[in-house]
Amino acid sequence: MMSNTYTEEDLAKNLEEQDYKYGFTSDFKSDTIPVGLNEDVIRLISSKKEEPLWLLEKRLQAYRAWTTMVEPDWAHVNYKKPDFQAISYYSAPGQTKKYESWDDVDPEMKETMKKLGISMDEQQRLTGTAVDFVVDSVSVATSFKKKLGELGIIFCSFSEAVENHPELVKKYMGTVVPHTDNFYAALNSAVFTDGSFCYIPKGVRCPMELSTYFRINEGGTGQFERTLVIADEGSYVSYLEGCTAPMRDENQLHAAVVELISLDDAEIKYSTVQNWYPGNKEGVGGVFNFVTKRGLCEKNAKISWTQVETGSAVTWKYPSCILKGDNSIGEFYSVAVTNHFQQADTGSKMIHLGKNTSSTIISKGISAGQSQNTYRGLVQIHPGADNARNRSECDSLLLSDRSGAHTFPYIECKNSTAKIEHEATTSKIGEDQIFYCQQRGINEEKAIGLIVNGYCKEVLNNMPMEFAVEAQKLLEISLENSVG
Amino acid sequence: MLTIKNLQASVEDGAEILKGLNLEVKAGEVHAIMGPNGSGKSTLASVLTGRNGYEVTGGSVDFDGVDLLDLDPEDRAKEGLFLAFQYPVEIPGVSNVNFLRTAMNEIREYRKEDRLSAKDFLAKVKVAGNLVELSDKLSGRSVNVDFSGGEKKRNEIFQMAMLEPKLAILDETDSGLDIDALRIVSEGVNKLRTKDNAIILITHYQRLLEYIKPDFVHVLSDGKIIKTGGAELALELEEKGYDWINEEIAQ
Repeated sequence: MMSNTYTEEDLAKNLEEQDYKYGFTSDFKSDTIPVGLNEDVIRLISSKKEEPLWLLEKRLQAYRAWTTMVEPDWAHVNYKKPDFQAISYYSAPGQTKKYESWDDVDPEMKETMKKLGISMDEQQRLTGTAVDFVVDSVSVATSFKKKLGELGIIFCSFSEAVENHPELVKKYMGTVVPHTDNFYAALNSAVFTDGSFCYIPKGVRCPMELSTYFRINEGGTGQFERTLVIADEGSYVSYLEGCTAPMRDENQLHAAVVELISLDDAEIKYSTVQNWYPGNKEGVGGVFNFVTKRGLCEKNAKISWTQVETGSAVTWKYPSCILKGDNSIGEFYSVAVTNHFQQADTGSKMIHLGKNTSSTIISKGISAGQSQNTYRGLVQIHPGADNARNRSECDSLLLSDRSGAHTFPYIECKNSTAKIEHEATTSKIGEDQIFYCQQRGINEEKAIGLIVNGYCKEVLNNMPMEFAVEAQKLLEISLENSVG
Repeated sequence: MLTIKNLQASVEDGAEILKGLNLEVKAGEVHAIMGPNGSGKSTLASVLTGRNGYEVTGGSVDFDGVDLLDLDPEDRAKEGLFLAFQYPVEIPGVSNVNFLRTAMNEIREYRKEDRLSAKDFLAKVKVAGNLVELSDKLSGRSVNVDFSGGEKKRNEIFQMAMLEPKLAILDETDSGLDIDALRIVSEGVNKLRTKDNAIILITHYQRLLEYIKPDFVHVLSDGKIIKTGGAELALELEEKGYDWINEEIAQ
């Protein structure tokens, strides 16, 4: 490997140069602050990030709200509640090396990455052992940035946005997910360390998929990530979040907030693949993924969420759309796979405020092992939302006798002109389907992959092609040895 | 090609269905297996292909030198055994073409052959589709989803044409077919006959055998083959019914 030709000094130099280039120097001076959470800790985070006062004020407001809130327990999940005073709320993102050398990386994880067809360079980068890759990716990211810059598109870390585009951050942050929204959103608003920011100017159609792939190279994702995407009038953007590669992380609690703002006639397509560490086969360890994702649609605007969720020990996530403007459209396409002892409670909320608004929810839950998989969704038609339309389709597929599938659809309709359709099915993967495949020469494991991918096709079809191909492979791998 | 000796098999709850069945099938031959309901015809197909829910309690099955009963179902298929299902299964979201491509690649890999190029594969799809008058539209649709009964049966023969098995078992392929579909399916099967492959037709009725001429007709009753003859035996059965044989044997 090229990494052999690199010395420690070279690495240090590269990192230094990179930090300098993006104004991150201050971020990497100290790694962590002591565990615990109070107003001083929040002031410390804010000062370490050299933030403006208004942002500190926002953080403190959120913190004060958080102290009055209780952790929600309505979700259909069971876990030991985190001790919020035992967490360190600031660690420098990104450059913390997770593994000393390639040999230290978990062989099972290496195997999975090989199966996913991830290149050696990429594998090393993802596990944090990439030494040689840094230079390459910076140059890729730089040329990428230049092209976007010519169109006036801003795509940067949240910290950079605070520094360089404070007016945009100030105007939109917290408008879709206020800090009072829920326990985890409040926590995130108080202690978030970084995240992604994206702004597409009026009338601009972003010519490429914006991917956090590039962002990760620059800043790294944190435990409390914050994403803000603004599509100005008549613009379009397709945004990809996450990565199919297994993400092993020491942080057990992840509480991200994602806000999307789609102004008049704009469209945002937001695709996620979530593959955080799900814990081992006995259900020990794994990430708690408590995410608040919501988008706001103005007149004739559209937001489309697509997610493939295979990771995390516990998932609690409801990407939602507020259809405020007349004729706006919200979509939610989801595949959630749980295996072993994983638990997922996920779905969507479609809030219809404007006239002639329409929404679609397509949810495919797949449960294997002893896992529990829940769809929870809300369709809310407000009195002024004349001629609102919703179609929901929630399908559950059981791969084992010990797994569970649950559906909790809530419908609140306050306008008699609304049309709401809800369809739900639960099925068990058919032995006869598997045998039919076997009789054609396809083994059981591949047969399950084929059947499951077919089952999820409607959702996968909504993803950008390359992402969908990776997601398909990921589904197959997540369900290995899962029938019984 | 196929030698079944004294095959005995039960369903999992214990009832014995096959009670010492013997059958020899050589390359180039077509064998028809007839018999009343419950005689064990479909069980024979299930046991040979390795479907779950059956237990072999005795006997042996040799398939071109391989102990067939020792193999996983997919490996039996890879060795060249094909079953045209009586009730073809639907697989939503998986296109017929993608399904077959996966199957062919698996089989070719097992036989250490190269994967077919997309071009060669599609050329083959066209030829096989024409054989049973299956339109291009159907090959692009999900496996058997929203297919009519006749289309499902034609799709089975289409798959047989694609996979080119050594031995094909057609399990009541004639059931539920109207006369035109029966003709199309039969003509397709006839075109697939070569001196190197063999076919076992499982059927209730002589009707199918008017279209596909068997070399041998076997009568299965209570888990055993009780009579074997040429094509003329089927006609005799049609005329006299199965009871006639039982009476003949009893004498």
